[in-house]
Amino acid sequence: MVVEKLFKDEATEEKGERARMASFVGAMAIADLVKTTLGPKGMDKILQSTGRGHSVTVTNDGATILKSLHIDNPAAKVLIDISKVQDDEVGDGTTSVVVLAGELLREAEKLVGSKIHPMTIISGYRMAADCARRALLDRVKDNKDDAEKFRSDLMRIAMTTLSSKILSQDKEHFAKLAVDAVMRLKGSTNLESIQIIKKAGGSLKDSFLDEGFILDKKIGLGQPKRIENANILVANTAMDTDKVKIYGARVRVDSMAKVAQIEGAEKEKMREKVQKIIGHGINCFVNRQLIYNFPEELFADAGILAIEHADFNGIERLALVTGGEIASTFDNPESVKLGHCKLIEEIMIDEDKLIHFSGVEMGQACTIVLRGASFHVLDEAERSLHDALCVLSQTVNDSRVLLGGGWPEMVMAKAVDELARKTPGKKSHAIEAFSRALIAIPTTIADNAGLDSAELVAQLRAEHHKEDSNAGIDVITGSVGDMSELGISEAFKVKQAVLLSATEASEMILRVDEIITCAPRRREDRM
Amino acid sequence: MALAFDEYGRPFIILREQESKSRLRGLDAQKANIAAGVAVSRILRTSLGPKGMDKMLQSPDGDITITNDGATILEQMDVDNQIGKLMVELSRSQDYEIGDGTTGVVVLAGALLQQSEKLLERGIHPIRVAEGFEISSRIAVDHLEKIAHKFDFSATNIEPLVQTCMTTLSSKIVNRCKRSLAEIAVKSVMAVADLERKDVNLDLIKVEGKVGGKLEDTELIYGIVVDKDMSHPQMPKQIEDAKIAILTCPFEPPKPKTKHKVDIDTVEKFQTLRKQEQKYFDDMVQRCKDVGATLVICQWGFDDEANHLLMHRNLPAVRWVGGVELELIAIATGGRIVPRFQELTTEKLGKAGLVREKAFGTTKDRMLYIEHCANSKAVTVFIRGGNKMMIEETKRSIHDALCVARNLIRNNSIVYGGGAAEISCSIAVETAADKYPGVEQYAIRAFADALDSVPMALAENSGLQPIETLSAVKAQQIKESNHCCGIDCNDTGTNNMREQNVFETLIGKQQQILLATQVVKMILKIDDVISPADY
Repeated sequence: MVVEKLFKDEATEEKGERARMASFVGAMAIADLVKTTLGPKGMDKILQSTGRGHSVTVTNDGATILKSLHIDNPAAKVLIDISKVQDDEVGDGTTSVVVLAGELLREAEKLVGSKIHPMTIISGYRMAADCARRALLDRVKDNKDDAEKFRSDLMRIAMTTLSSKILSQDKEHFAKLAVDAVMRLKGSTNLESIQIIKKAGGSLKDSFLDEGFILDKKIGLGQPKRIENANILVANTAMDTDKVKIYGARVRVDSMAKVAQIEGAEKEKMREKVQKIIGHGINCFVNRQLIYNFPEELFADAGILAIEHADFNGIERLALVTGGEIASTFDNPESVKLGHCKLIEEIMIDEDKLIHFSGVEMGQACTIVLRGASFHVLDEAERSLHDALCVLSQTVNDSRVLLGGGWPEMVMAKAVDELARKTPGKKSHAIEAFSRALIAIPTTIADNAGLDSAELVAQLRAEHHKEDSNAGIDVITGSVGDMSELGISEAFKVKQAVLLSATEASEMILRVDEIITCAPRRREDRM
Repeated sequence: MALAFDEYGRPFIILREQESKSRLRGLDAQKANIAAGVAVSRILRTSLGPKGMDKMLQSPDGDITITNDGATILEQMDVDNQIGKLMVELSRSQDYEIGDGTTGVVVLAGALLQQSEKLLERGIHPIRVAEGFEISSRIAVDHLEKIAHKFDFSATNIEPLVQTCMTTLSSKIVNRCKRSLAEIAVKSVMAVADLERKDVNLDLIKVEGKVGGKLEDTELIYGIVVDKDMSHPQMPKQIEDAKIAILTCPFEPPKPKTKHKVDIDTVEKFQTLRKQEQKYFDDMVQRCKDVGATLVICQWGFDDEANHLLMHRNLPAVRWVGGVELELIAIATGGRIVPRFQELTTEKLGKAGLVREKAFGTTKDRMLYIEHCANSKAVTVFIRGGNKMMIEETKRSIHDALCVARNLIRNNSIVYGGGAAEISCSIAVETAADKYPGVEQYAIRAFADALDSVPMALAENSGLQPIETLSAVKAQQIKESNHCCGIDCNDTGTNNMREQNVFETLIGKQQQILLATQVVKMILKIDDVISPADY
């Protein structure tokens, strides 16, 4: 007897081969989608949002593309997830990880087709991933002790990362920007202290790194436009009417005169507060919250520069840069740490006025001003720069470096191939497949550059058969070249993360033999 | 149908709106129920064992769960059928009671149902079948007791515990690093276990996960990890020898429970109120400072002013810490949770050797580590993994392993895994069957057959010939009277489970058999299913 209904309405169940097919197909579709963006000659995608305004994003960043997709296929979601994690964790390699996982699944599909159990494939993949990782570890270079070399490593990594992005034309310029910015962080991975300001206009080449700090705000009317040797108080306090915070308090009056009195008292209170703030001996006051007209006027009278409504990150950064602390009460001026800087002035970038703090005490933070023809270009430039900054900051902590241009993949593939030859049993098929999947990455890079991938990869493999070869794909000349001479490097941490999470994800999808989809929750459509 | 007539010949209604209700009776009802139960168990069957496959579940909101854990699969499956729901319950109660073997219990129940269908077709009364199952379950449980091994472990020798946890973990996706995870699970259980009373409070073990890194980075922290950061960005990120004030009151002016109003009608009142308010904030911070606290952990938020005052007085603080975490911190640091500032005293402060904030990855993720606590009886398992699903699945796996370790501390008897225990029980039940006169004999034999289905599923999932393998192992068990023989899932060349170190807990196995039998009995007793029409 057949059970008619085990699940709720609309819940579906897919089993065995069908489930596996569905997840393979979904995952490969996603991988193919981002495949063409891989490498220095990869193409961009236009994404149009479904929200109001149909805003358009042009990007080449795997994580950004995948984040914006509406996907229904569960396996595809797994891939999107790994790309997101890659973005959060190392910031770069978001496309590679998806492409590798997709290739691993494509190979796995063939193996499953030839009647090899998924579990066997998984154990083969695991062995291969482990072996590949060791092969990379054998070949890493670590120049941490040599500051000069380390810096050139960083430059190379930044250039390699940027070369696949919109900034590739000015990659040297931007690589320098990124390296300078990251070196200022002195080993911290907190990218918050690098501020990126986007201003449309000019060309990408006009972008610059500013050692000081730029706040995208205007100076209040009648207040000084230029302050030298500024003492800055960074605050987070209400500068409108201070509420009475004792619960249940309310004002009850019975005559107009009393209203005026209370109002007077309120004003008095504000005046007192402002006096206290002025009493700190400052000539610049930055507040996170609004500053009403009345206190602003008082500040102007005292010749103090008052900046209102700086956003939270801005405040934190400013506090970090100037060495002050964020204050909310002002009763004991002697113990509040004030921030200092040499010069505050209003600067103009094209039409916009900004406030520029220069000569700051702590050199950790800095600002990168991006210029570009349109918002889309700027957005993409920001994303690319963010990738580069992420990779660099991670590399500063883990200074192991590899060559780029498909070199690591070939090194891994070679090691994995050797392992396959030594392994008895069905697993060796899976290990072999793993090496094929690895080779797919240089193949894709070559394909995207419009080169003869089959020829190039074959040459590359032959080159790598020699000991200690540095051969990789030189996309510019369209031939096999020496990567260390060309100066193409990648961070070990990125490659390792790509390898491990791609293997993990494909393993996860391979293990599935049944997909149960619950009925989608009904939403009240307000159409 | 349910229609009766009174003495005047008028119909009166027993079942309301019966035409819109579907109804099944008698053998049909039983068969429908059995079919539903079997269908559920068939879904789980392929997940059994070290080579079992995973299921991918998509929730109504589109979130994906990939798991191998029986209880989780069933819970998220959106089952509509009544009998299906019973099976879900079954797996859940095994989860609550034992924590492991949630797949096995459903597979066993499914097998029992399949067997009972055959018996019903032969015309045996369902109650007789149920009784037969009951008798045999008792035989099986007694037999398990007989073949169980006690094994010794102590605080220094945790190897046997680790081995057992590894058996549990080997069927999960985390089996890549089962050794290290099993060690983490055992160490954390040993850290919180009360070996005298043989009890473990699993609440003291916090399992926290953070996406990123790799599974191998998973670590055991003797202390607490809280997913929070310091309330003020400029507070120190590391505090040594911290004295922690644990507060459940906000750094805000008090809110009396009784409704009241403070009316301001003159300027003086306005000003006094203001002074009061300032003093209030000052007092709160001063009090924390006075008792010698060097860190304040608060369940609620702070006002900006209080935040600055704390920062100003060099008193780092953490806000919005959840109630459960707060309790754990209190336990770990030996502090007391203080509901009012007035009650804050030096004795009530918790102590920790090191409190530090740690940042992850490129995003603004920070976590607070509280380590070297005064009372180390609270630990955190901190899981790292490639993606969210991986973390979730690892959490579930660790939970299973923790449960197994706890069960072993409670009762250190084990049976052999890999289907060995089931095969052994099946043989025992089969032999016992002949002693029972009457119809029950058939039911008992059927029970023995049902027990075989667990090792059979194991063999099937491992790509072995199920019937051949099972009969070979069974023959071996009888011939050598060695109840350690099971299915060699990992192709290691031996089917002696003792050599392979595949153990399961005795209570887990017993519970599986008892629970499965109970549910099957319940299902068999149903002979009428009335379900309302779809609406």
